[in-house]
Amino acid sequence: MFLKTVLLVVKKDFAIEVKSYEILSTTLFFAVTCVLIFSFAFVREAEPISKDMVPSGVLWIAVAFAGLLAIGRVFERERYSETMRALLLAPAPRPAIYLGKLVGVVLLLFATEALLVPMIALIFQAPLFRWAVPLSGLLVTGTIGFATVGTLFAAMLVRSRARDVMLPILLYPFTIPVLIGGVWGTAALLGDEPSVPVATMWTGLLAAYDVVFVTLALWTFEPLMTE
Amino acid sequence: MTADFDRVEAAEVSRNFGRRRAVTRVSFSVGRGEVLGLLGPNGAGKSTLIGMLATLVTPTSGTIRYGGRTAGDAGPDIRARIGLLAHELYLYPELSAHQNLEFFAQLYGLRPDGVVGAALESAGLMDRSHDAVSSFSRGMRQKLALERALLHRPRLVLLDEPFTGLDDSAVTGVSERLRRLASEGAIVILATHDLDLADGLVTRVAIVRDGKLVSDEPAGGGLRGRYRTLVGR
Repeated sequence: MFLKTVLLVVKKDFAIEVKSYEILSTTLFFAVTCVLIFSFAFVREAEPISKDMVPSGVLWIAVAFAGLLAIGRVFERERYSETMRALLLAPAPRPAIYLGKLVGVVLLLFATEALLVPMIALIFQAPLFRWAVPLSGLLVTGTIGFATVGTLFAAMLVRSRARDVMLPILLYPFTIPVLIGGVWGTAALLGDEPSVPVATMWTGLLAAYDVVFVTLALWTFEPLMTE
Repeated sequence: MTADFDRVEAAEVSRNFGRRRAVTRVSFSVGRGEVLGLLGPNGAGKSTLIGMLATLVTPTSGTIRYGGRTAGDAGPDIRARIGLLAHELYLYPELSAHQNLEFFAQLYGLRPDGVVGAALESAGLMDRSHDAVSSFSRGMRQKLALERALLHRPRLVLLDEPFTGLDDSAVTGVSERLRRLASEGAIVILATHDLDLADGLVTRVAIVRDGKLVSDEPAGGGLRGRYRTLVGR
Protein backbone atom coordinates (compact mmCIF):
# COMPACT_ATOMS: atom_id res chain seq x y z
CA MET A 1 0.00 0.00 0.00
CA PHE A 2 2.89 2.37 0.84
CA LEU A 3 4.65 2.11 -2.54
CA LYS A 4 1.33 2.03 -4.38
CA THR A 5 0.36 5.33 -2.77
CA VAL A 6 3.74 6.86 -3.63
CA LEU A 7 3.29 5.85 -7.27
CA LEU A 8 -0.31 7.06 -7.35
CA VAL A 9 0.67 10.52 -6.12
CA VAL A 10 3.59 10.73 -8.59
CA LYS A 11 1.34 9.57 -11.45
CA LYS A 12 -1.35 12.07 -10.52
CA ASP A 13 1.15 14.97 -10.34
CA PHE A 14 2.60 13.91 -13.70
CA ALA A 15 -0.90 13.74 -15.25
CA ILE A 16 -1.60 17.29 -14.03
CA GLU A 17 1.76 18.58 -15.27
CA VAL A 18 1.41 17.19 -18.80
CA LYS A 19 -1.88 19.10 -19.18
CA SER A 20 0.00 22.42 -19.17
CA TYR A 21 3.73 21.86 -18.51
CA GLU A 22 3.31 24.94 -16.37
CA ILE A 23 5.72 24.07 -13.57
CA LEU A 24 8.35 22.47 -15.83
CA SER A 25 8.39 25.40 -18.26
CA THR A 26 8.50 28.10 -15.56
CA THR A 27 11.19 26.26 -13.60
CA LEU A 28 13.36 25.73 -16.69
CA PHE A 29 12.88 29.31 -17.82
CA PHE A 30 13.77 30.64 -14.38
CA ALA A 31 16.85 28.41 -14.10
CA VAL A 32 18.09 29.44 -17.56
CA THR A 33 17.52 33.12 -16.79
CA CYS A 34 19.47 32.73 -13.57
CA VAL A 35 22.48 31.27 -15.40
CA LEU A 36 22.35 33.98 -18.08
CA ILE A 37 22.27 36.77 -15.50
CA PHE A 38 25.25 35.26 -13.67
CA SER A 39 27.11 34.87 -16.95
CA PHE A 40 26.82 38.65 -17.55
CA ALA A 41 28.48 39.22 -14.19
CA PHE A 42 31.10 36.48 -14.11
CA VAL A 43 32.25 35.98 -17.71
CA ARG A 44 34.76 38.46 -19.11
CA GLU A 45 35.88 38.20 -22.76
CA ALA A 46 34.53 34.64 -23.02
CA GLU A 47 36.46 33.57 -19.90
CA PRO A 48 34.90 33.04 -16.45
CA ILE A 49 36.63 35.03 -13.70
CA SER A 50 37.14 31.73 -11.83
CA LYS A 51 37.17 28.30 -13.44
CA ASP A 52 36.06 26.30 -10.41
CA MET A 53 34.02 28.33 -7.93
CA VAL A 54 32.00 30.37 -10.43
CA PRO A 55 30.49 27.53 -12.53
CA SER A 56 29.97 25.48 -9.40
CA GLY A 57 28.29 28.33 -7.54
CA VAL A 58 26.11 29.29 -10.49
CA LEU A 59 24.96 25.68 -10.92
CA TRP A 60 23.89 25.28 -7.30
CA ILE A 61 22.38 28.76 -6.98
CA ALA A 62 20.28 28.10 -10.10
CA VAL A 63 19.17 24.74 -8.65
CA ALA A 64 18.30 26.37 -5.33
CA PHE A 65 16.35 29.26 -6.86
CA ALA A 66 14.54 27.15 -9.46
CA GLY A 67 13.90 24.44 -6.85
CA LEU A 68 12.19 26.91 -4.55
CA LEU A 69 9.93 28.00 -7.41
CA ALA A 70 9.07 24.40 -8.35
CA ILE A 71 8.36 23.28 -4.78
CA GLY A 72 6.10 26.27 -4.15
CA ARG A 73 4.13 25.66 -7.34
CA VAL A 74 3.75 21.91 -6.72
CA PHE A 75 2.03 22.64 -3.42
CA GLU A 76 0.02 25.55 -4.78
CA ARG A 77 -1.85 22.89 -6.77
CA GLU A 78 -2.71 21.01 -3.59
CA ARG A 79 -3.86 24.23 -1.94
CA TYR A 80 -6.38 24.98 -4.66
CA SER A 81 -9.59 23.15 -3.72
CA GLU A 82 -7.79 21.99 -0.56
CA THR A 83 -6.87 18.67 -2.17
CA MET A 84 -4.11 18.21 0.41
CA ARG A 85 -6.89 17.60 2.95
CA ALA A 86 -8.42 14.98 0.64
CA LEU A 87 -5.04 13.22 0.49
CA LEU A 88 -4.74 13.31 4.28
CA LEU A 89 -8.29 12.00 4.69
CA ALA A 90 -7.58 8.90 2.60
CA PRO A 91 -6.69 5.68 4.44
CA ALA A 92 -3.32 5.61 2.69
CA PRO A 93 -0.18 5.94 4.86
CA ARG A 94 0.45 9.67 5.20
CA PRO A 95 4.26 9.41 4.89
CA ALA A 96 3.64 7.78 1.48
CA ILE A 97 1.83 10.94 0.37
CA TYR A 98 4.87 12.98 1.42
CA LEU A 99 7.20 10.63 -0.42
CA GLY A 100 5.04 10.81 -3.56
CA LYS A 101 5.23 14.59 -3.58
CA LEU A 102 9.00 14.42 -2.91
CA VAL A 103 9.63 12.06 -5.82
CA GLY A 104 7.71 14.41 -8.14
CA VAL A 105 9.81 17.41 -7.04
CA VAL A 106 13.08 15.47 -7.36
CA LEU A 107 12.23 14.34 -10.90
CA LEU A 108 11.37 17.91 -11.85
CA LEU A 109 14.71 19.16 -10.49
CA PHE A 110 16.60 16.40 -12.31
CA ALA A 111 15.01 17.58 -15.55
CA THR A 112 16.10 21.15 -14.74
CA GLU A 113 19.65 20.01 -14.00
CA ALA A 114 19.76 18.08 -17.28
CA LEU A 115 19.40 21.46 -18.98
CA LEU A 116 21.57 23.47 -16.58
CA VAL A 117 24.68 21.28 -16.68
CA PRO A 118 25.36 21.50 -20.45
CA MET A 119 24.42 25.16 -20.46
CA ILE A 120 26.88 26.00 -17.68
CA ALA A 121 29.53 23.77 -19.25
CA LEU A 122 29.17 25.78 -22.45
CA ILE A 123 28.91 29.31 -21.09
CA PHE A 124 31.51 28.96 -18.34
CA GLN A 125 33.77 26.55 -20.27
CA ALA A 126 33.55 24.14 -17.33
CA PRO A 127 34.63 20.51 -17.90
CA LEU A 128 31.49 19.17 -16.21
CA PHE A 129 31.11 16.19 -18.56
CA ARG A 130 34.64 15.02 -17.90
CA TRP A 131 33.53 14.27 -14.36
CA ALA A 132 30.04 13.04 -15.15
CA VAL A 133 29.91 10.26 -12.55
CA PRO A 134 31.10 12.17 -9.46
CA LEU A 135 29.08 15.21 -10.56
CA SER A 136 25.95 13.02 -10.92
CA GLY A 137 26.53 11.73 -7.38
CA LEU A 138 26.71 15.28 -6.06
CA LEU A 139 23.64 16.39 -7.99
CA VAL A 140 21.53 13.37 -6.99
CA THR A 141 22.35 13.56 -3.27
CA GLY A 142 22.20 17.37 -3.18
CA THR A 143 18.89 17.52 -5.02
CA ILE A 144 17.30 14.89 -2.78
CA GLY A 145 18.45 16.77 0.33
CA PHE A 146 17.20 20.12 -0.93
CA ALA A 147 13.85 18.69 -2.09
CA THR A 148 13.34 16.68 1.12
CA VAL A 149 13.44 19.76 3.32
CA GLY A 150 11.60 21.92 0.80
CA THR A 151 8.76 19.43 0.32
CA LEU A 152 8.23 19.12 4.07
CA PHE A 153 8.16 22.89 4.64
CA ALA A 154 5.94 23.51 1.61
CA ALA A 155 3.44 20.89 2.85
CA MET A 156 3.44 22.46 6.32
CA LEU A 157 2.86 25.93 4.88
CA VAL A 158 0.16 24.93 2.41
CA ARG A 159 -2.57 26.55 4.51
CA SER A 160 -0.49 29.51 5.67
CA ARG A 161 -1.24 32.90 4.13
CA ALA A 162 2.42 33.89 4.41
CA ARG A 163 3.67 30.73 2.65
CA ASP A 164 5.38 32.63 -0.21
CA VAL A 165 7.48 34.57 2.28
CA MET A 166 7.93 31.81 4.84
CA LEU A 167 9.09 29.06 2.45
CA PRO A 168 12.43 30.67 1.45
CA ILE A 169 12.99 31.95 5.01
CA LEU A 170 12.69 28.41 6.36
CA LEU A 171 14.14 26.49 3.45
CA TYR A 172 17.45 28.25 2.76
CA PRO A 173 18.91 28.17 6.30
CA PHE A 174 18.12 24.45 6.58
CA THR A 175 19.61 23.65 3.17
CA ILE A 176 22.85 25.65 3.60
CA PRO A 177 24.75 22.36 4.25
CA VAL A 178 23.42 21.02 0.91
CA LEU A 179 24.48 24.11 -0.97
CA ILE A 180 27.91 24.22 0.68
CA GLY A 181 28.45 20.51 -0.05
CA GLY A 182 27.25 20.87 -3.63
CA VAL A 183 29.33 23.97 -4.38
CA TRP A 184 32.57 22.71 -2.79
CA GLY A 185 32.16 19.20 -4.17
CA THR A 186 31.58 20.49 -7.70
CA ALA A 187 34.38 23.05 -7.40
CA ALA A 188 36.77 20.26 -6.42
CA LEU A 189 36.14 18.70 -9.84
CA LEU A 190 36.67 21.90 -11.80
CA GLY A 191 39.94 23.29 -10.43
CA ASP A 192 43.39 23.10 -11.99
CA GLU A 193 44.00 19.95 -9.95
CA PRO A 194 40.66 18.12 -9.94
CA SER A 195 40.09 15.96 -6.89
CA VAL A 196 37.56 13.12 -7.15
CA PRO A 197 38.18 12.02 -3.51
CA VAL A 198 37.17 15.48 -2.26
CA ALA A 199 34.00 15.37 -4.40
CA THR A 200 33.28 11.86 -3.12
CA MET A 201 33.70 13.04 0.46
CA TRP A 202 31.13 15.79 -0.11
CA THR A 203 28.81 13.26 -1.80
CA GLY A 204 29.06 11.08 1.30
CA LEU A 205 28.21 14.01 3.57
CA LEU A 206 25.26 14.91 1.36
CA ALA A 207 24.05 11.29 1.44
CA ALA A 208 24.22 11.36 5.25
CA TYR A 209 22.20 14.61 5.24
CA ASP A 210 19.64 12.89 2.97
CA VAL A 211 19.29 9.89 5.26
CA VAL A 212 18.79 12.09 8.34
CA PHE A 213 16.30 14.47 6.74
CA VAL A 214 14.30 11.86 4.78
CA THR A 215 13.91 9.88 8.01
CA LEU A 216 12.94 13.01 9.96
CA ALA A 217 10.48 14.11 7.29
CA LEU A 218 8.75 10.72 7.06
CA TRP A 219 8.52 10.61 10.84
CA THR A 220 7.21 14.15 11.33
CA PHE A 221 4.97 14.57 8.28
CA GLU A 222 1.81 13.13 9.86
CA PRO A 223 1.93 15.09 13.14
CA LEU A 224 2.97 18.28 11.35
CA MET A 225 0.07 18.01 8.90
CA THR A 226 -2.58 17.41 11.55
CA GLU A 227 -4.36 20.66 12.35
CA MET B 1 -9.01 -4.33 7.53
CA THR B 2 -11.47 -1.51 8.18
CA ALA B 3 -12.85 -0.43 11.52
CA ASP B 4 -16.59 -0.36 10.94
CA PHE B 5 -18.77 1.30 13.55
CA ASP B 6 -22.43 1.90 14.32
CA ARG B 7 -22.15 5.15 16.23
CA VAL B 8 -20.07 8.31 16.42
CA GLU B 9 -19.82 9.99 19.78
CA ALA B 10 -18.32 13.38 20.56
CA ALA B 11 -17.66 13.89 24.27
CA GLU B 12 -16.90 17.38 25.62
CA VAL B 13 -15.04 18.26 22.44
CA SER B 14 -13.36 21.66 22.28
CA ARG B 15 -11.06 23.25 19.75
CA ASN B 16 -9.12 26.48 20.11
CA PHE B 17 -7.21 28.28 17.39
CA GLY B 18 -4.73 30.37 19.35
CA ARG B 19 -6.83 32.32 21.81
CA ARG B 20 -10.02 31.92 19.79
CA ARG B 21 -12.40 29.21 20.89
CA ALA B 22 -13.95 27.72 17.76
CA VAL B 23 -15.79 24.87 19.51
CA THR B 24 -16.48 24.62 23.22
CA ARG B 25 -17.36 21.39 25.05
CA VAL B 26 -19.68 19.92 22.44
CA SER B 27 -21.17 16.47 23.09
CA PHE B 28 -23.48 14.43 20.90
CA SER B 29 -23.96 10.93 19.61
CA VAL B 30 -25.20 9.86 16.17
CA GLY B 31 -26.09 6.35 15.06
CA ARG B 32 -26.66 4.47 11.82
CA GLY B 33 -29.69 5.58 9.86
CA GLU B 34 -29.73 9.07 11.34
CA VAL B 35 -29.33 12.32 9.42
CA LEU B 36 -28.06 14.91 11.88
CA GLY B 37 -28.37 18.52 10.81
CA LEU B 38 -25.68 20.77 12.31
CA LEU B 39 -27.29 24.16 12.03
CA GLY B 40 -25.94 27.53 12.96
CA PRO B 41 -24.93 30.91 11.54
CA ASN B 42 -21.62 31.55 9.76
CA GLY B 43 -18.69 31.21 12.16
CA ALA B 44 -20.66 29.11 14.65
CA GLY B 45 -18.08 26.29 14.55
CA LYS B 46 -19.87 23.86 12.21
CA SER B 47 -16.94 23.41 9.81
CA THR B 48 -14.48 22.93 12.68
CA LEU B 49 -16.77 20.24 14.10
CA ILE B 50 -16.95 18.55 10.70
CA GLY B 51 -13.14 18.76 10.42
CA MET B 52 -12.76 17.12 13.83
CA LEU B 53 -15.25 14.37 12.96
CA ALA B 54 -13.30 13.78 9.73
CA THR B 55 -10.08 13.33 11.81
CA LEU B 56 -8.46 16.26 9.98
CA VAL B 57 -8.59 18.59 12.98
CA THR B 58 -7.47 17.39 16.40
CA PRO B 59 -9.65 18.44 19.34
CA THR B 60 -7.89 20.61 21.92
CA SER B 61 -9.76 18.62 24.57
CA GLY B 62 -12.44 15.93 24.62
CA THR B 63 -12.67 12.80 22.50
CA ILE B 64 -14.47 11.59 19.40
CA ARG B 65 -15.17 7.86 19.32
CA TYR B 66 -16.07 5.84 16.27
CA GLY B 67 -17.80 2.81 17.73
CA GLY B 68 -15.55 2.91 20.76
CA ARG B 69 -12.27 3.62 18.95
CA THR B 70 -10.59 6.95 18.45
CA ALA B 71 -8.73 8.22 15.39
CA GLY B 72 -5.55 7.89 17.47
CA ASP B 73 -6.24 4.15 17.93
CA ALA B 74 -7.03 3.31 14.31
CA GLY B 75 -6.44 6.33 12.05
CA PRO B 76 -6.29 4.78 8.55
CA ASP B 77 -8.97 2.16 9.34
CA ILE B 78 -11.37 4.83 10.55
CA ARG B 79 -10.53 7.21 7.69
CA ALA B 80 -11.43 4.40 5.27
CA ARG B 81 -15.00 4.60 6.61
CA ILE B 82 -15.39 8.39 6.40
CA GLY B 83 -16.59 10.35 3.39
CA LEU B 84 -16.30 14.13 3.46
CA LEU B 85 -17.80 16.73 1.18
CA ALA B 86 -16.35 20.00 2.45
CA HIS B 87 -16.96 23.55 1.33
CA GLU B 88 -13.86 23.28 -0.86
CA LEU B 89 -14.46 20.40 -3.25
CA TYR B 90 -11.19 18.45 -3.06
CA LEU B 91 -10.99 18.00 -6.83
CA TYR B 92 -8.06 18.63 -9.17
CA PRO B 93 -9.35 21.17 -11.72
CA GLU B 94 -6.73 20.25 -14.33
CA LEU B 95 -7.79 16.59 -14.38
CA SER B 96 -10.96 15.23 -15.96
CA ALA B 97 -13.90 13.98 -13.90
CA HIS B 98 -12.87 10.42 -14.76
CA GLN B 99 -9.23 10.99 -13.75
CA ASN B 100 -10.26 12.58 -10.46
CA LEU B 101 -12.54 9.69 -9.51
CA GLU B 102 -10.03 7.11 -10.70
CA PHE B 103 -7.28 8.66 -8.56
CA PHE B 104 -9.40 8.77 -5.42
CA ALA B 105 -10.77 5.25 -6.00
CA GLN B 106 -7.21 3.90 -6.17
CA LEU B 107 -6.19 5.92 -3.13
CA TYR B 108 -8.96 4.16 -1.21
CA GLY B 109 -7.79 0.78 -2.51
CA LEU B 110 -10.77 0.31 -4.85
CA ARG B 111 -10.69 -1.11 -8.36
CA PRO B 112 -11.69 1.88 -10.46
CA ASP B 113 -13.33 -0.14 -13.30
CA GLY B 114 -16.80 -0.37 -11.80
CA VAL B 115 -17.02 2.39 -9.24
CA VAL B 116 -15.89 5.27 -11.45
CA GLY B 117 -18.51 4.59 -14.13
CA ALA B 118 -21.27 4.22 -11.56
CA ALA B 119 -20.23 7.46 -9.85
CA LEU B 120 -20.16 9.38 -13.13
CA GLU B 121 -23.59 7.98 -13.99
CA SER B 122 -24.92 9.01 -10.60
CA ALA B 123 -23.53 12.54 -11.01
CA GLY B 124 -25.04 12.75 -14.51
CA LEU B 125 -21.61 13.49 -15.97
CA MET B 126 -21.09 10.49 -18.27
CA ASP B 127 -20.96 12.67 -21.37
CA ARG B 128 -18.46 15.08 -19.76
CA SER B 129 -16.34 12.45 -18.06
CA HIS B 130 -13.19 13.28 -20.05
CA ASP B 131 -13.53 17.05 -19.76
CA ALA B 132 -11.32 18.94 -17.31
CA VAL B 133 -13.11 19.74 -14.06
CA SER B 134 -12.05 23.39 -14.51
CA SER B 135 -14.58 23.60 -17.38
CA PHE B 136 -17.48 22.51 -15.14
CA SER B 137 -20.06 24.76 -13.51
CA ARG B 138 -20.11 24.97 -9.70
CA GLY B 139 -23.15 22.69 -9.62
CA MET B 140 -21.44 20.03 -11.76
CA ARG B 141 -18.34 20.18 -9.57
CA GLN B 142 -20.48 19.89 -6.47
CA LYS B 143 -22.17 16.73 -7.82
CA LEU B 144 -18.81 15.26 -8.78
CA ALA B 145 -17.36 16.09 -5.35
CA LEU B 146 -20.28 14.33 -3.69
CA GLU B 147 -19.60 11.21 -5.74
CA ARG B 148 -15.91 11.44 -4.84
CA ALA B 149 -16.86 11.54 -1.16
CA LEU B 150 -19.15 8.52 -1.53
CA LEU B 151 -16.95 6.38 -3.83
CA HIS B 152 -15.87 4.03 -1.05
CA ARG B 153 -19.36 3.68 0.49
CA PRO B 154 -18.42 5.35 3.79
CA ARG B 155 -20.18 4.60 7.05
CA LEU B 156 -19.87 8.20 8.22
CA VAL B 157 -20.90 10.77 5.62
CA LEU B 158 -19.92 14.35 6.52
CA LEU B 159 -21.27 17.17 4.41
CA ASP B 160 -20.47 20.85 4.79
CA GLU B 161 -23.00 22.98 2.88
CA PRO B 162 -23.61 20.27 0.25
CA PHE B 163 -26.26 22.21 -1.65
CA THR B 164 -24.02 25.12 -2.67
CA GLY B 165 -24.40 25.87 -6.38
CA LEU B 166 -27.02 23.21 -7.05
CA ASP B 167 -30.24 23.95 -8.94
CA ASP B 168 -33.63 22.83 -7.60
CA SER B 169 -33.65 19.44 -9.31
CA ALA B 170 -30.09 18.70 -8.18
CA VAL B 171 -30.99 19.69 -4.60
CA THR B 172 -33.89 17.22 -4.73
CA GLY B 173 -31.59 14.54 -6.14
CA VAL B 174 -28.92 15.07 -3.48
CA SER B 175 -31.55 15.09 -0.70
CA GLU B 176 -32.95 11.79 -2.00
CA ARG B 177 -29.43 10.36 -2.16
CA LEU B 178 -28.73 11.30 1.45
CA ARG B 179 -32.03 9.80 2.65
CA ARG B 180 -31.20 6.58 0.78
CA LEU B 181 -27.69 6.46 2.29
CA ALA B 182 -29.16 6.82 5.79
CA SER B 183 -31.77 4.13 5.11
CA GLU B 184 -28.93 1.83 3.97
CA GLY B 185 -27.17 2.31 7.31
CA ALA B 186 -24.92 5.33 6.89
CA ILE B 187 -24.47 7.95 9.59
CA VAL B 188 -25.07 11.29 7.86
CA ILE B 189 -24.01 14.59 9.42
CA LEU B 190 -24.89 17.67 7.45
CA ALA B 191 -23.69 21.19 8.33
CA THR B 192 -25.72 23.99 6.83
CA HIS B 193 -27.14 27.38 7.58
CA ASP B 194 -29.99 26.84 5.11
CA LEU B 195 -32.99 25.92 7.24
CA ASP B 196 -35.35 25.37 4.30
CA LEU B 197 -33.10 22.69 2.79
CA ALA B 198 -32.45 21.02 6.13
CA ASP B 199 -36.14 20.91 7.03
CA GLY B 200 -37.63 17.61 5.90
CA LEU B 201 -34.23 15.98 5.28
CA VAL B 202 -32.66 15.74 8.72
CA THR B 203 -33.94 13.40 11.42
CA ARG B 204 -32.22 15.30 14.21
CA VAL B 205 -31.20 18.90 14.63
CA ALA B 206 -28.19 20.15 16.55
CA ILE B 207 -27.97 23.92 16.73
CA VAL B 208 -24.54 25.47 17.24
CA ARG B 209 -23.94 29.07 18.25
CA ASP B 210 -20.58 30.66 19.12
CA GLY B 211 -18.98 27.21 19.22
CA LYS B 212 -21.45 25.80 21.71
CA LEU B 213 -24.19 23.25 21.18
CA VAL B 214 -27.34 25.02 22.27
CA SER B 215 -29.88 22.40 21.19
CA ASP B 216 -29.94 18.74 20.13
CA GLU B 217 -33.45 17.45 19.43
CA PRO B 218 -35.33 15.25 16.97
CA ALA B 219 -36.38 17.12 13.85
CA GLY B 220 -39.96 18.22 13.79
CA GLY B 221 -42.16 21.10 12.86
CA GLY B 222 -41.27 24.66 13.68
CA LEU B 223 -37.57 24.35 12.89
CA ARG B 224 -37.31 28.00 11.84
CA GLY B 225 -39.02 29.25 15.00
CA ARG B 226 -36.83 27.11 17.23
CA TYR B 227 -33.70 28.25 15.40
CA ARG B 228 -34.70 31.92 15.65
CA THR B 229 -35.33 31.60 19.37
CA LEU B 230 -31.96 29.94 20.03
CA VAL B 231 -29.75 31.82 17.59
CA GLY B 232 -31.63 35.10 17.58
CA ARG B 233 -31.16 35.76 13.82
